[in-house]
Amino acid sequence: MESDIQVISCTVAEEEYAIDIRNVQEIIKLLDITRVPRVCSCIEGVINLRGMVIPVMNMRKRFCLPDKTPDETSRIVIINWGESMIGMLVDSASEVIRLPEHAVESPPSVKSNINLEFFSGIGKLGNRLLIMLDLEKVFDI
Amino acid sequence: MDMSQYRGMFLEEAREHLQKLNEALLELEDSHGGRTTLDEIFRSAHTLKGMSATMGYNQIAELTHGMEDVLQKLRSGDIEVSTDIVDLLFKCVDSLDSMVNDITEGGSGSKPVGDLLQRLKSGPAPDTVPLPAGTAGAGDGVPGPEANESRKDHLSEGLEQNQIISVEFNEYEKNLIKQAIDQGFQCYHLVVNIDKRCVMKSARAFMVFKKLEEIGEIIKTIPSVQDIEEEKFETSFELIIISVESAEVIRNSLISITELLEPHIKSITGVFTNHAKRDSQEDEGTKPPVQPKTPENDDKTGNGKREEPAACPVQSRPKASQTVRVDTARLDNLMNLVGELVINKGRLEQIGRASELPDLPETLEQMDRVTSELQNVVMKVRMVPIDSVFCRFPRMVRDLARDLGKEIELVIEGKETELDRTVIDEIGDPLVHLLRNSIDHGIEEPAARVAAGKSEQGRLTLSARHEGNNVVIEVADDGKGLNPEEIKNKALEKGLLLPDEAEELDHDSIIRLIMQPGLSTAEKVTDISGRGVGLDAVKNKIETLSGSISINSTPGEGTKFKIQLPLTLAIIQALLVKLEAETYAIPLSFIAETTSLMPEQVNKIQDQEVILLRGDVLPLVRLHEILQVPPADVHREEEINVVVVKKGEKRVGLIVDILIGQQEIVIKPLGKLLGNIPVIAGGTILGNGQVSLIIDVAGLL
Repeated sequence: MESDIQVISCTVAEEEYAIDIRNVQEIIKLLDITRVPRVCSCIEGVINLRGMVIPVMNMRKRFCLPDKTPDETSRIVIINWGESMIGMLVDSASEVIRLPEHAVESPPSVKSNINLEFFSGIGKLGNRLLIMLDLEKVFDI
Repeated sequence: MDMSQYRGMFLEEAREHLQKLNEALLELEDSHGGRTTLDEIFRSAHTLKGMSATMGYNQIAELTHGMEDVLQKLRSGDIEVSTDIVDLLFKCVDSLDSMVNDITEGGSGSKPVGDLLQRLKSGPAPDTVPLPAGTAGAGDGVPGPEANESRKDHLSEGLEQNQIISVEFNEYEKNLIKQAIDQGFQCYHLVVNIDKRCVMKSARAFMVFKKLEEIGEIIKTIPSVQDIEEEKFETSFELIIISVESAEVIRNSLISITELLEPHIKSITGVFTNHAKRDSQEDEGTKPPVQPKTPENDDKTGNGKREEPAACPVQSRPKASQTVRVDTARLDNLMNLVGELVINKGRLEQIGRASELPDLPETLEQMDRVTSELQNVVMKVRMVPIDSVFCRFPRMVRDLARDLGKEIELVIEGKETELDRTVIDEIGDPLVHLLRNSIDHGIEEPAARVAAGKSEQGRLTLSARHEGNNVVIEVADDGKGLNPEEIKNKALEKGLLLPDEAEELDHDSIIRLIMQPGLSTAEKVTDISGRGVGLDAVKNKIETLSGSISINSTPGEGTKFKIQLPLTLAIIQALLVKLEAETYAIPLSFIAETTSLMPEQVNKIQDQEVILLRGDVLPLVRLHEILQVPPADVHREEEINVVVVKKGEKRVGLIVDILIGQQEIVIKPLGKLLGNIPVIAGGTILGNGQVSLIIDVAGLL
């Protein structure tokens, strides 16, 4: 029997991305972010998540997309990454989507307008296209 | 069955037993075969054997089995404790240690043990002649090893003869009782009957235990204590207790308990002494009668026993159930949660003040008390006695001293002093350096000591104690001390000191020079120390731990190193400062002073901003630039605030906007992703829930 995979969908600059739900600890609203000097510019800073200090990565900056001031819909997706946690700042995040395995295709070889290096596949859901993120590469800074 | 899940537990326990073996062997060597020590070694080896066999580490099991055989012979008096035997046992422990390490690193724990096994089997080395039968327990007949050794059948035979009880004792209990009797205790067998109508039998039993513990020591109960507590008995249970009191006193103490029928009390002291007497008479025929209360006569169990008299029966009560092992990660998590609770409590207090609810303040006060108590308890739980570091030194000192042909007595004081794990993990290496240094360079060879009018045996003292919020660790030897002239010449030779500087230095400053990199005064370099990397490495390590080290040395009398460390590295005192809109923390231990000055006092030397502070030139660092602080529209004061930070001799003035104040902060790591920022040591969470970064002063300099 074919198994489904569950993903969290989030948007960054109008594109829809998907993160394997097994990596996601939680999704939180924006908190105060403390800037950290002398690090990769895609690191927005650190937040206090119930007593833990967690770095937050701005996905727009990570994908070299135009930055925008976080607003009401902005979310931080907290990822369990090995023994630590990392936050991903996205424009919005809401849904849990169940995808049949056959609906996930390997990335197209043709060049598109989105950054190819970070994704592991494309998920099709009706006429929606979800970009499956390869976290290993995203966090490799 | 998959055993891998138990591996961690096995390793942890194996290490504990190896440590115990090391300690007990050292003690054995000192006391030349104290009975209790032998038993302890035997127990550890035995447990290790069982554990490793279960886990399938056959080599460990084999080797411990071989050790057990030798230990058994030692216990039975077939062979006598000698340096050779102890050395052999030490070698076995080392071998076991390396096997356990191998397992830790993912290996199979198999190392060739054939050679050791062979040596264990071949028995006593030439100079350890087995004790001739005639001299066994010479002239006393006290239950010495040969009597203690008597198998269970022996004892039960004795018991049957006396027709008193049918209680079976294991080796351990027998030993306990015999030792107690040797020390003048009496041993009683009690049958306690509880009234049939009693509804809470276990409560009565508990009262019996309570009463008896006041006057003696309960050795054994039938059924077991646990069964009794769970009321798994009919109306009576049996007890074996040792006490100095008479049967009458015991009876009277129990009479006051209601619903208890008259207890049967019988002294069974005789069973053990008679039995021992009979044994020794069998062995030696016409030996003088028993003198049970003079253990000094016993030439084999002598020292070990005398050193720890009445303590034995008390200490050996099993205490295993009173502690639990906890993963440190869980403790850290608990600490985090408590920290969060404290922050939330702060917020609640703010809300309380704003809403002016009448009942709230009182509740908040309660909560305040509970949370601070909680915080203290969690801090305490994280504390570990420094013994966990100290415990490995006796063995190290012994080995080093032997290698160097020196006689050294290591005195350890204050090993119960508690320190936070974070410090404990880091302090081991520096201490090893200092001890090695003292053994190698400090304490002289026996001949030289005698020539200097000292005892042959050198004395090395390692002590720990609390001083306020710090812990002080001292390593002191009574060796030859440091020679200031030698150090001065060496420093001049190596160019660490200019001749005119050398003239001005006083004794202490010269002594301090040995902490400089590249200076070693040892004439011969050994593999133990003296390569000139030791002491400055120690100093650096201590300083990264926010501590300090000082030396005190008198030529001919000895050297003393004094290390001062904070109790914990997780919580530090820090100065909070503001740069534009951002708040940063600077660890107080690095701060020399704070000062403020007017802009015109700042001078420039070769593009470097400096100020004159009490005649000294102090370079300035603009933190705004280093930390890339974005300019904000914050009102600037005319004055410049400067935080003077130091590391060793280096001093730098940090320019900040506003000094907020001093505060205790909890250091939190920033995680792997941000691990190596050169100027940031970590983060901390402020009272308002915001994260503030901690400036790494050492990295900045």
